[in-house]
Amino acid sequence: MKLRSWFLLPARVWMALFFAAPLAIVCAYSFLTRGDYGGVEQPWTLENLARLADPLYLAILWRSVWIAALATLLCALLGFPLALFISRAGRRKNLYLQLVLLPFWTSFLVRTYAWLFILRDTGLVNTVLARLHLIAAPLPLLFNDGAVLTGLVYNFLPFFVLPMYATLERLDPALVEAASDLGARPLATLWRVVIPVSAPGLVAGSVLVFVPCLGAYLTPDLLGGGKSVMLGNLVQNQFTTARDWPFGAAASLVLMLASALLLAALLRSRMARDLL
Amino acid sequence: MTPVLELRRVVKDFPGHRAVDDVSLTLERGGFYALLGPSGCGKTTTLRMIGGFEQPTAGEVFLNGAAVNGLKPYQRDVSTVFQSYALFPHLTALGNVEFGLRERGVAGREARALAALELVMLAGKRDRLPAQLSGGESQRVALARSLVIEPQLLLLDEPLAALDPKLRKQMRGELKAIQRKTGITFLLVTHDQEEALSMSDKMAVMNEGRVEQFGTPEEVYLRPASRFVAGFLGAINWFGGAGVRPECTRVSREEPEGVPRRRGAIESALFLGNCVHLNATLEDGARATAEVPREQNHFQEGEAVWIHWHPADELRFE
Repeated sequence: MKLRSWFLLPARVWMALFFAAPLAIVCAYSFLTRGDYGGVEQPWTLENLARLADPLYLAILWRSVWIAALATLLCALLGFPLALFISRAGRRKNLYLQLVLLPFWTSFLVRTYAWLFILRDTGLVNTVLARLHLIAAPLPLLFNDGAVLTGLVYNFLPFFVLPMYATLERLDPALVEAASDLGARPLATLWRVVIPVSAPGLVAGSVLVFVPCLGAYLTPDLLGGGKSVMLGNLVQNQFTTARDWPFGAAASLVLMLASALLLAALLRSRMARDLL
Repeated sequence: MTPVLELRRVVKDFPGHRAVDDVSLTLERGGFYALLGPSGCGKTTTLRMIGGFEQPTAGEVFLNGAAVNGLKPYQRDVSTVFQSYALFPHLTALGNVEFGLRERGVAGREARALAALELVMLAGKRDRLPAQLSGGESQRVALARSLVIEPQLLLLDEPLAALDPKLRKQMRGELKAIQRKTGITFLLVTHDQEEALSMSDKMAVMNEGRVEQFGTPEEVYLRPASRFVAGFLGAINWFGGAGVRPECTRVSREEPEGVPRRRGAIESALFLGNCVHLNATLEDGARATAEVPREQNHFQEGEAVWIHWHPADELRFE
């Protein structure tokens, strides 16, 4: 064996044990029958995958895609101006980047819990609004799609900002000057030069937000209050309360396939080729 | 006729230094002008103030008789060919040339853009992306992109600096021909004296933020206004207070009569093909170069000679 292969060995073992093997198990479970107290039994069947075509589950799949897409769009709308601002902040660039990364210093779980305290009836937002006499009764901010969306956008915004910033930072300032020189006003320059030239960052950031949002479990669970079910919650439910492991496995397989297909489509696009 | 550009006592300060110091300049319509100077002399900053990318600290910029201080680049009827070309990487050559026309809502964009590409002899590469173009081709696209919007004044920031020497010489002639054909006023910034001398109708020589001289190439070369201009444009030998161009400097074995002269020794003879450069060391230790015809290349290294010149060829400064 070559020296290079020896160095790759730990990674290979790791990937085999903790990626390939579990994936194979999930695949296998999708085609088995549920056991009475959880677990799986013979015989092999396609029934689990067929059940996913049930309108109830299709609705959950659709909802997940919709919410993830909306979260991605919001991240792009908030993250693009932010990334543009940071890329032009001169010496303060690093400070602002640190601030974007600051939330990662605490755990994802704690940060999501914090939103419970901000959005609940006696939470920060409602208290402030009530004190200002702007509202008579608390606004229903928690346990709905809006709360889930807020949590997702909050948690995944940095994943959009970082690749977007990296692309905008490399944008040649002369291109912006050239556009202006040729008669383009600032908005036209943004639309016709800055955005097209930084499209690879836009695509990379969107993928980094959309894929984890599609499989989000914790945020809809805590902030959706069980009412706002996404695909991740369905999977979790099947393995715990419903004790239907094969169906849960089938649902997660579909989730992975959906993400993989989306990524494949993006990687084939021209923008992604420019990026890689 | 109103001059196409007038700079009145323009000053530009950057933190810690003055880049442009009291520059006044008037450009008449239809001319080919050059702004020549060493790097850091303020020529590019001057160009950027005309283009609207920098605002003067003091003084005024007039385009076509109207003050344009405070106007943004997109509000000015000038266009710049950038040193880096700054082609839009996501647009084809044709798309780049159409950019300004699209912004102006001009009819018949494609036909006009194609005509501009033809002018720079690049119509065949219309569908290439900038990444697929050579340096020379990129430069032509950048030129076509600016020419097509028919600006009052075209600014060229060291347009030939990134090209290889052979292409650079070829482009000199082409740029001048294009300027004559379109009738657009060109203002070219360069640190290359040959470029400025060969292309421009009139040139401004800048040093340390000031215009030291503004005149035709002949005037500037033959009657430099300062020691700096004399030294920056072409080589010069200093004999005390007098400067003499190498091509006006003579070398002989016998002592000449009735002309200013110095004793010296031949240090080296450089054969340049069309002429010979004789380098000599003078008695006082100074060096001088004489550019002489090939047939006078009969001196030995170390040979004692007389260096002399005609008094009319002396350049004298305060």
